[in-house]
Amino acid sequence: MEERLLMKGNEAIGEAAIHAGCRYYFGYPITPQSELIAYMAKRLLKIKGATFIQAESEIAAINMVYGASAAGGRVMTSSSSPGISLKQEGISYLACAELPCVIVNIMRGGPGLGSIQPAQGDYFQATKGGGHGDYHLIVFAPSSVQELVDLTIRAFSLADKYRNPAMILGDGLLGQMMEPVQFKEFDEKNIPSKEDWALGSSHGRKPRRIVPFDLDPNELEKIVNKLGQKYQDMQKEVEYEVVNIDNPDIVIVAYGSIARIVKTTIQKAKQEGINIGLVRPITLYPFPYAAIEEVANKVDKFLVTEMSLGQMVEDVKLAVKGKSQVSFYGRTGGVVISPIEILQEVKKLLD
Amino acid sequence: MGVKKLMKQVFTKPKSLTDVPFTYCPGCHHGIIHRLVAEAMDDLNIAEDTIGIAPVGCAVFAYLFFECDMIVAAHGRAPAIATGIKRVKPDNIVFTYQGDGDLASIGTAEIVHAANRGEKITVIFVNNAIYGMTGGQMAPTTLEGQITQTSPYGRDSKTMGMPIRICELLSTLNSPAYIARVALTKPAYIVKAKKAIKKAFQYQLDGKGFALVEVLSTCPTSWGLSPKEANEWLNEKMIPYYPLGEFKNVEEVS
Repeated sequence: MEERLLMKGNEAIGEAAIHAGCRYYFGYPITPQSELIAYMAKRLLKIKGATFIQAESEIAAINMVYGASAAGGRVMTSSSSPGISLKQEGISYLACAELPCVIVNIMRGGPGLGSIQPAQGDYFQATKGGGHGDYHLIVFAPSSVQELVDLTIRAFSLADKYRNPAMILGDGLLGQMMEPVQFKEFDEKNIPSKEDWALGSSHGRKPRRIVPFDLDPNELEKIVNKLGQKYQDMQKEVEYEVVNIDNPDIVIVAYGSIARIVKTTIQKAKQEGINIGLVRPITLYPFPYAAIEEVANKVDKFLVTEMSLGQMVEDVKLAVKGKSQVSFYGRTGGVVISPIEILQEVKKLLD
Repeated sequence: MGVKKLMKQVFTKPKSLTDVPFTYCPGCHHGIIHRLVAEAMDDLNIAEDTIGIAPVGCAVFAYLFFECDMIVAAHGRAPAIATGIKRVKPDNIVFTYQGDGDLASIGTAEIVHAANRGEKITVIFVNNAIYGMTGGQMAPTTLEGQITQTSPYGRDSKTMGMPIRICELLSTLNSPAYIARVALTKPAYIVKAKKAIKKAFQYQLDGKGFALVEVLSTCPTSWGLSPKEANEWLNEKMIPYYPLGEFKNVEEVS
């Protein structure tokens, strides 16, 4: 059995990336993910052939990622909400040029400079594209330090599989908490070769060109349609967890650290004879529409809880297709929702 | 068949250029600069190991013109992209091709910091004192008093600042290995420009560090001048403000 290590969320992401063969990291410090950039510096600067650069800006960092990915490197960047906004131009280019990479967003309160406390206000940005043009990221929403590890490794794998940027969408609570984690054995032979498309030496082959544009509308449409097909193919990668879903009075949909808090609410509610179910999306893109619809066939009350004004609630409504009543409860500004608050909200809805 | 045998071929297209016809306006210097870059690649026999980065702007199609691996950058970000590529493939030769809006305005941070890190890349910086592709707006290198779409009454240094001299600015840094400014308006200048561009690639081959060649260039279309007048304008107006020469040469310093 693998060794159990007590690690802080941000550092666990870094170790998971290195464990998965990531040897290139470009980032810029920002709270509450700074432990991650520091961890990558400490580790990568000691690995021969690896690169760590504290870039001059988030914009430079994501473009270093663009270059490193084009050259075939397994590469990551990380930031928190305002910094992710700065990266959006580069993320759109990565998506258009079909370059794989992992982008970590340890969300904090927004908009603007916002706060440095946990929040989930970047859901729309992460799942609906974020930058300009038609594109999607593969988005994972871990809810424990162990999941930060497992999903970071999976993010690299799916990014390569689809040649698309993948995002780890955590929050300040996850990034800062410490939990025991295990690292399953990882065979670097599983990293797919990029020799058939990456830039490099062209001896014996035609020169390659990686191009995020086409001025001919019919040609660009072909590129965009190809991306569209890829997003359809990605739908089969959907992951979610259901808890206590057999015969609940109400079902809560929540992701990330809030889903953990809901699990506490479920225990508290049981003591009072209230039966709460949970659907927890693990991938936010693709979103588990079908799984939620199936639950909506049996349960007539849904509550969506988020640390935002209500963003994922829109996808839940799309999934439910009007079959059940969907309510929302959220806090913003960096306020973390408590289990008691959620229980009070449930009681109101069941009255 | 006899003709081929009798005639000696004295001038050919560089091997490092493709057969795709250039898209540049008559009198524009981009074509000459592309040729000099390709000749340097030929002379050093590096095309098959070279990765080039095309900018946004008129030279965006450079990705089609060079016979080597190429990638198109977001506006201004080429030095960061070059950094990423070079760190993954340190044995390859990496160059960026950037205009003045790209390098000296939106991408100022990227060029300053790539130079300061001493990234082992070659930068070809085309300074034509205007935004060509978007139709002739003011560039950071637009001369004082110069009329453009966005300085219709002439660049006023009191509110728009003075033109930025990139070679001088970057030469204040310790890290760069080679920084030079060249022009193409006389055969003798072209010979010097070729030498500088070749040196900028040779320094990368030798692992010496960051190298940048600024090429003063014409934009007859956006300047509203004939190709001949444009060359004269460059000689009379640009060279006095942007002096030619080597600003940094690590070989001569050490």
